[in-house]
Amino acid sequence: MSDLRTHAAEIAEQFSDHIDVSEDDVAERLETLVEEYRVPVDEARRSVTNSYLDEAGIERDDISGGGDSQQAQVADIEEDEQWVDLRVKVADLWEPGHESIAQVGLLGDESGTIKFVAFETSDLPELEEGACYALSNVVTDEYEGRYSVKLNRTTTITEIDEEIEVGDDATEVEGALVDMQSGSGLIKRCPEPDCTRVLQNGRCSEHGNVEGEFDLRIKGVVDDGREVHEVIFDRETTEELTGISLEEAKDMAMDALDTEVVADEIRADVLGSYYRVRGPTFGRYLLADEFERLAESPDPEAVLIKARSNA
Amino acid sequence: MSSNSVPMREVAQRAFATEFNDASHTFKESEDERAPVYLLLPTGERANRVFLVGTLTEKEDVGDDNEYWRGRIVDPTGTFFVYAGQYQPEAASTLRDLEPPAYVAVVGKPRTYETDDGSVNVSVRPESITEVDAATRDRWVVETAERTLERVEAFDDESNEYGVMARERYDRPVERYTEAAVGALESLEGTDELAGADAGVDGDRPEPEPEA
Repeated sequence: MSDLRTHAAEIAEQFSDHIDVSEDDVAERLETLVEEYRVPVDEARRSVTNSYLDEAGIERDDISGGGDSQQAQVADIEEDEQWVDLRVKVADLWEPGHESIAQVGLLGDESGTIKFVAFETSDLPELEEGACYALSNVVTDEYEGRYSVKLNRTTTITEIDEEIEVGDDATEVEGALVDMQSGSGLIKRCPEPDCTRVLQNGRCSEHGNVEGEFDLRIKGVVDDGREVHEVIFDRETTEELTGISLEEAKDMAMDALDTEVVADEIRADVLGSYYRVRGPTFGRYLLADEFERLAESPDPEAVLIKARSNA
Repeated sequence: MSSNSVPMREVAQRAFATEFNDASHTFKESEDERAPVYLLLPTGERANRVFLVGTLTEKEDVGDDNEYWRGRIVDPTGTFFVYAGQYQPEAASTLRDLEPPAYVAVVGKPRTYETDDGSVNVSVRPESITEVDAATRDRWVVETAERTLERVEAFDDESNEYGVMARERYDRPVERYTEAAVGALESLEGTDELAGADAGVDGDRPEPEPEA
């Protein structure tokens, strides 16, 4: 019983700013669902909350997260629709792409950075680039494996007088480039705005047959004998890695009447060599921002000392 | 294997030729026909893929009707045998074109076959062969020594199922692979400022030096 009572108190509290919700009324509705209809507590809570939202004519984002909001680091955010509190620096502000968006940009703390969005309807004070804030009651959001946070009407924004060091969430891997996957080398992308899908036999999976635009990239596998990392080099880093420019690659393909010659040439040049690659991860891929070919002979001394002590 | 899960790519194990050639036991970890086949390394690790760098010293087309290239690739501890035929067209054509001696890097799958006298030979079926430089070869030797030492260190861990398996399958002390790693690393040291001179660091393991 007391459990349901606690839930009821929390729900009532969430609505206290908007409508008059009595704790007894909430408890009664919860009891009906949980005890009579055997609805799990979480679902009952959700359903009761929704019914009050309907009655009050407000959105879920407009009510406070109750006691759920937790202090978090941006790199720890890996779940959708969580209420969190952040202490962050505004690392970047971008031009909003839609009139409903008041501000969009990048927030950072020691653990890394995360995108944020504030909507016009939430009517919040503006964040300033480079300033540090304590934000409470922001909601996490997920799109294609990438997380962001939404500021909302209940978010409180307090400027804080401390310098937050924005961490780098890039990862670095080192190892031999042991494979180049298909879709590497000279490729064609869909020219539709915001599409950029790689064409398969001249077809875009979304837009059908299109006149593709040439691009260069490498989908490589870096392996250090312990772990395997899939790494994508974009046109710029591919050009830097191979010394082959997009124009040269097109010429090579033209001469051979085959785009595959570009991948073959790259493969012969890079496979089996050691690289250190650095960049953000996106899904299962590491996007190479920087890389270095490990061209120096390593010093065997440290390993040798260890080996002799074990021998 | 469910259709929407991408199978994890197998890591390319690093082992010196002496350890690789000592291996003979292969196994699968599921009944599935397409399940990966692993070679059990004597230091207690499973290898479905290997990465090796060494000197290609010889190549020969040993095929009858079709080209079937055999390459001998030497590291500081021994020789890897690499076979590439019509089903590895890129590797086969690389072997055809290469002029030994050359440093090469090979990514490939371990293959075993039983000889007439009942012993098991191990070779590599390459996914790729590329020519590399001396620094890459040196880096591989150091890295392979490190990985070998790590495996030897973990060999007796109770939770190391491949260590347990290796103890059952191969009745061989793993210390020899530590010694092989030491020897391999020392061979690199000999190539720096002490080149040609006897560094005298390991007098108790004399290497027969052929006199010119």
